[in-house]
Amino acid sequence: MLELLKRFYASFGLPRLIILGFFIILNIMAIVLEVNFPELVSASMVRIAMNGVLVLAILPSIACGTGPNFGVSLGILCGLVGGLIAMELRLDGYTNFFMAIVFSMPFAVAVGLGYGWLMNKVKGSEMMFALFIGWSAVSLMKIFWLVAPFDNPEMAWPIGSGVRVTISLVNRELAQLLNQTWSFSVAGITFPTGLILFFLFCCFLVWLFMRSKTGIAMLAAGDNPRFAEAAGINVDRQRIYGTIISTMLGAVGILVYAQSFGFFQLYEGPHFMPMIAVAAILIGGASIKKASIANVIIGVILFQGILVVAMPVFNIFTQDMASMAEISRVIIQNGIILYALTQVVSGRD
Amino acid sequence: MSSETVEKVAQKPGGKFKQALIGFLTAHMVTIMFVLLSLLALYLSGMNATLYLNDIISRVSRNSFLVLALIIPVVAGMGLNFAIVLGAMAAQAVIIFVTHWGVGGFAGILLSMALVTPLGIFLGYLTGKLLNRTKGQEMITGLILGFFAAGIYWFIFLQLVGGFIPMDNEVLVLSSGVGIRTTVDLSGGLRYGLDDVWRLSLPVVMLLFGAIFASIQGFSYLKSERQGESKSRFYYGIVIALAAAAGGIFLIGSGSLINNITVPAGTWIAIGLLCLFINFFTRTKMGQDMRSVGQDRHVAAVSGIPVDKIRIIAIIMSTVLAGWGHIIFLQNMGAFSTYGSYEQIGFYAIAAILIGGATVTKATIGQALLGVFLFHTLFIVAPAAGRETFGDAQIGEYFRVFVAYGVIGLTLAMHAWKVRLQSQQKLGR
Repeated sequence: MLELLKRFYASFGLPRLIILGFFIILNIMAIVLEVNFPELVSASMVRIAMNGVLVLAILPSIACGTGPNFGVSLGILCGLVGGLIAMELRLDGYTNFFMAIVFSMPFAVAVGLGYGWLMNKVKGSEMMFALFIGWSAVSLMKIFWLVAPFDNPEMAWPIGSGVRVTISLVNRELAQLLNQTWSFSVAGITFPTGLILFFLFCCFLVWLFMRSKTGIAMLAAGDNPRFAEAAGINVDRQRIYGTIISTMLGAVGILVYAQSFGFFQLYEGPHFMPMIAVAAILIGGASIKKASIANVIIGVILFQGILVVAMPVFNIFTQDMASMAEISRVIIQNGIILYALTQVVSGRD
Repeated sequence: MSSETVEKVAQKPGGKFKQALIGFLTAHMVTIMFVLLSLLALYLSGMNATLYLNDIISRVSRNSFLVLALIIPVVAGMGLNFAIVLGAMAAQAVIIFVTHWGVGGFAGILLSMALVTPLGIFLGYLTGKLLNRTKGQEMITGLILGFFAAGIYWFIFLQLVGGFIPMDNEVLVLSSGVGIRTTVDLSGGLRYGLDDVWRLSLPVVMLLFGAIFASIQGFSYLKSERQGESKSRFYYGIVIALAAAAGGIFLIGSGSLINNITVPAGTWIAIGLLCLFINFFTRTKMGQDMRSVGQDRHVAAVSGIPVDKIRIIAIIMSTVLAGWGHIIFLQNMGAFSTYGSYEQIGFYAIAAILIGGATVTKATIGQALLGVFLFHTLFIVAPAAGRETFGDAQIGEYFRVFVAYGVIGLTLAMHAWKVRLQSQQKLGR
């Protein structure tokens, strides 16, 4: 029994235990302090499912061997472009949502292809490169947002060219579209059924893909590139496929996120999103080299759960609850990434 | 691609001029691109020379120290030290307390530097320990560590100061009594504490610099003639130095507005001392050990160098220097944003040194200083160029941020590519 616990501890890691403990303590405190618990659960479910697809987008890049995709902001930017095109055509509701996904896909595939090609050129420092290509793309797109040729008054600046910093989706019947589909309440807890189903559906698609011929080849390429090469798998091509899928999921992810949030956030918005997504999958038990759907789901539940529950609990202890919640996010998020980095390299060198 | 060309040229020292030119262009691609970009932006902005000179002098004097702090970890093979952000945070923490105690001027600067040293050593030691556990991924670890440390810094200065750590100061602490305000004003305190020690007008500095540099070069020239070395390289130095001196005399005589531009000589002396120190340090036993660790960890370990210890020392030195550099930076700025000023320090310093032609494995004092000059030239003129060209200064501002990130990404990619090509060549042979 002790042996089993030790082995569990070794694979789970101290930081994850601390985070899990922190989550449990927060929940106990929330109950003891009589915070409105059903409301917390409802809010948590929304936050978990709306971030879920973005976290899922990290999975293919880890699986194909390029490491956690710190450059998923490229996919996010493609999704935002698709979303803005759908807005510009003044589409409503589900038509808008699905057409936005359709419009963003060609961009995502093209960008993913180029990005994957570059990732093959920089083997060994993919993560660093991904971070900086993501950040430079975000700042380059800021210039694009300033000169973007859109003229729907809902998103264009009243004078001159360009689009606003935040664009409301309420008028296009898009805000909380998935959240409200088939939603129902039990004992004060509101279930955002459509949102959860969409997230699980995406997970299912990725799960299915990982069991296809290409998916298995990709996993092999990521797991042991030399062995895969010997077995006749084109490792570089699998890495490009993984990057493309990751970019596509990033595009879908931001559209899901935005409809629940109620706004498109342009300019600075996508800057730190990749790190939040990467941290979530790592909290769920993934490493830089290995990840599964279970890691995605557990990770997003833990990380987003903490963020939702922390707010009202901190509210009781400190006047400055917003900054305290932000501080714990920053520490957890970057702490788990640091931990994952120490794990992978100490095993190799 | 670039490495091959460089190698070819290197193999044939007497190669044709064209080959040498191609070799030069590929080896200095980033720097040359940047010179062209800056010249274009300078032309588009239509900025007047006095304004530009005034701005570039204050930017170069406040940023150079920080950028020079990056050199030692590069020598030790740890890449570009993104963790200098920790040194910057230490500096801000110290400055908040020194401002609270009301120590200003040069005394305040000396006190801050004295206090930031132990803090920098402590943080540098922890950083070094962490980086020794993530060998090969030092840069991303340093980068993420900067964000992680920011969380702790926020916790201390937003939640603890004023409550757990008592501080009774209406100016610094938020009205609720807990947490430091979002901006800290240094005017009447540390502001210009070092800059104002000794100010000289620009033409005088040009004259002095020209005279001193020319005499150093002349002295080395005479010395080398005795030893019978090649001496052509001294001619350029002497010509440039004399031109600077002559320019200085001309400007003093002309009574132009440029005479009103002052140079913070105290800060420049500090920068000069750091350059001398780095130059001296790399020649010591410790510096040579560091260089061997940088070239090949395993070979160094076999020859008895304590690799991990050397790496920790390199990071400690960098962190402490960054702390001092950030103090110099902030005393010139005169105010800082408590929860943000340090964040861009790492990116901008690293972008600057890369623009000067440094790489992940090689960085020199010359590259650092050239890089600061070029990068901040673009920083000054980009908004004006954007306004003149597109009618929107914002475009220029976004563009310069893009350039900072883009240059880092590009250099990383080129480096990773080169390493791969080299390892493939090794395998091929």
